[in-house]
Amino acid sequence: MKKTLCFYFQIHQPVRLRRYRFFDIGKRHDYFDEYVNRSTIRRIAERCYLPMNNLILDLIKRYGTNFKVSFSISGSALEQFALHAPEVIESFQKLATTGSVEFLAETYAHSLASLSDTDEFERQVRRHTAKMKELFGQKPVTLRNSSLIYSDQIGERVAAMGFESMLTDGARHVLGWKSPNFVYTNVMNPRLKLLLKNSRLSDDLTLRFSDHSWHEWPLTADKYARWLKDSTQNSEIVNLFMNYETFGENQLAETGIFEFMRSLPEYIFSMTDFEFLTPSEAVKKHQPVAPLHVPYPISWADEEKDITGWLGNELQNEAFEELFKIQPKVEALNDPGLNEDYSRLQASDHFYYMRTKLFSDNDYHHYVSPYETPYEAFINYMNVLSDFVVRVEDMEKMRNIADDKITEEEKSPGKKKRVSRVKSAESTAKTTKKISTKEKR
Amino acid sequence: MFGWEFPPHIAGGLGTASYGLTKGLAKHGVKVMFVMPKAGGDEDQSVVKIINASDVEMMSEYSNLDEYWQNVNFMEIGSNLVPYLDPVTFERTVKETIKTGEYSEHIVFRNKFQFSGKYGTNLMEEVARYAMVAGTIAAQQDFDIIHAHDWLTYSAGIVAKKVSGKPLVIHVHATEFDRSGENINQQVYDIERRGMEAADRVITVSNLTRNIVINRYGINPDKVVTVHNAVDFQTRGDLEIDRGVKEKVVTFLGRITFQKGPEYFIEAANKVLKRYPNVRFVMAGSGDLFNRSVRRVAQLKIATKFHFTGFLRGDDVQKMFLYSDVYVMPSVSEPFGISPLEAMRAGVPTIISKQSGVAEVLKHSIKVNYWDIDALADAIYGLLAYPALGKVAGEKGLDEVNQLKWENAALKVEDVYKDVLGM
Repeated sequence: MKKTLCFYFQIHQPVRLRRYRFFDIGKRHDYFDEYVNRSTIRRIAERCYLPMNNLILDLIKRYGTNFKVSFSISGSALEQFALHAPEVIESFQKLATTGSVEFLAETYAHSLASLSDTDEFERQVRRHTAKMKELFGQKPVTLRNSSLIYSDQIGERVAAMGFESMLTDGARHVLGWKSPNFVYTNVMNPRLKLLLKNSRLSDDLTLRFSDHSWHEWPLTADKYARWLKDSTQNSEIVNLFMNYETFGENQLAETGIFEFMRSLPEYIFSMTDFEFLTPSEAVKKHQPVAPLHVPYPISWADEEKDITGWLGNELQNEAFEELFKIQPKVEALNDPGLNEDYSRLQASDHFYYMRTKLFSDNDYHHYVSPYETPYEAFINYMNVLSDFVVRVEDMEKMRNIADDKITEEEKSPGKKKRVSRVKSAESTAKTTKKISTKEKR
Repeated sequence: MFGWEFPPHIAGGLGTASYGLTKGLAKHGVKVMFVMPKAGGDEDQSVVKIINASDVEMMSEYSNLDEYWQNVNFMEIGSNLVPYLDPVTFERTVKETIKTGEYSEHIVFRNKFQFSGKYGTNLMEEVARYAMVAGTIAAQQDFDIIHAHDWLTYSAGIVAKKVSGKPLVIHVHATEFDRSGENINQQVYDIERRGMEAADRVITVSNLTRNIVINRYGINPDKVVTVHNAVDFQTRGDLEIDRGVKEKVVTFLGRITFQKGPEYFIEAANKVLKRYPNVRFVMAGSGDLFNRSVRRVAQLKIATKFHFTGFLRGDDVQKMFLYSDVYVMPSVSEPFGISPLEAMRAGVPTIISKQSGVAEVLKHSIKVNYWDIDALADAIYGLLAYPALGKVAGEKGLDEVNQLKWENAALKVEDVYKDVLGM
């Protein structure tokens, strides 16, 4: 049996907040920095998304279904592509038609909702799944949580939603002596398969590729294929999970990353007994070797591979708590405007900007925080969140008043009722008129 | 009059007070010549003649005077002990000490010196040079009395007194104990004490400060006089504002430093929020306890009701007052504290700490000990929950603050002048 090589790329862009001051609370509800968002999306689209998509398309044309990759694209990234770089969506759609590309499910907002006990996580995943179907004609069967965050409980929730498999990190403190190069299962529900990131081989590309002080620099495709062969004697599957921005943005085109990727499949085919598969194919092919115990959440971030990058200090905990405290209200109101902003406020990036822990490793997220200090990030976020809470509560009151009126009118039959009925009949007539005129046009 | 700052270029209350006082003095026919290290050229000169020390050329003959030296060289000696001494000065000092074994006076003081007029790393050097320039000015200009504001200008006052023989009044707006608690900078303390000793009269902005001057600096009580500050109503802008937040707003406005007691405000806010949810707290300002305060607010989980604005300037300060329903100044040590007066001027009821000079003059303000978080929380709750209380305190406070005029303060200063001149 051939070994499996599984490429998975993460694509996410948060909708960045503007400087939102205390004086804006209750007055202005535009939270986002259009200019920064647009210029960032345009820049990365031109440097990374478009050229790399073309490269993958070329490879698929050359090798057919022998070359395969998988993506997860957050809803907030897709929305911003639609606004600022629609050609990126078109190019992903082209990839979707090749049959060599699997699109994974995730939270729409790249949210930390899986760590809250609200059902926001399920809501987010459902919304993202619908988006995948709409744009790419695929119903995802594999789930990838934000930054590969995973725990036994999260796995159980994911299995309950009907997913077959899930990606996470091969964190050493969880694996111990075990190898990440096999398929594992969730402890509570063994039907959910787990694919674990091979950190060393993934980080060779994301972190070290252009590092001149690295003794292996420069990294060439044949050297990499040899490593793959030599280091995985007793393995079944190697999972290379990375940010898509590695190609062209974090590792600039000048580093030769595109040429590397262009020639890699050739060496894999000629030097190794690996075949390219997508996650859903991989879990069908390989038998799981054991359940994996993950009592506390892990992720692919930092040296610690835990969630302290997002929820590691009082600032982050407070922001997180306040954000999910209003979730039931937002869900009950189900107002499109509120839903939209609520989703955007969930992006894990906002919490990452508030981190105070030192950058111990060469942070491979290459995060450039728009804030000078975590404190400013916190203040700005909380100002926005405070305004959002006010809006939620206002709408709640309005709805309650409206409900009361309706029940009152129902209780007291008479003129009032009739009048209101006539009025409502009129208004519906008007709206239907409007619709019909629109249709005519 | 020697001062370090003058509106519009100000960092704190010192410039505002200097301006108010000169205006008040002008009403009583006292002519003021105001020497500042670096004038912007846009100062209001209608009531005062501004002399920019950066424009004054040193007279070389003065730099040879022994007497001159005795007054200023202690700072030069001390300067290589200052943590923020620049390398050039340090090298010069060291070289000259090695060469001659003593300090020589053929000095760079001879030419014009560009003062920054800020509170930067060369502050000690600027203070010394300012004093040298003061000597020149004292010899060139005609005046009856010297009035120096705060420690930065005390040395200038001393030199001017030596050169001219005219009486010196120093005006204590703050002492080193107010700024640093018990961990005082000895060098600053020495300059302060020297100034107070050399002065014919010492004016303090409150009895609180007067006691510090007498007890901590050992100054003869007979020559220490309290003249409370006032507020200037001329600058009041007619700013109208529509508030975005529906809740009541409780404000702390000032530097977020040890002296201002921000932590007591946060703890009290936490207590109030437990009982009275319909309120937001705002901490406006910046300072070295800023990050710690943000962290504490997050820890207490009150961050959706407790906001930070950062440093506010210009109209935003007025806007903040107009946003407020209660103004709190929980200062640990405040020689005077002009900001509650500004709040009262906007009709906002105030809570001030008993450890502030302004507490001596205000009747219609709630006074608490800064450490008494329960009392502070209680007072805030009272003003929020019982509208009548807030209304009365606001209205009476406005009346009261209207009585605090610089004219009246200036009259007392004028009395001090007359007294030292034997008039």
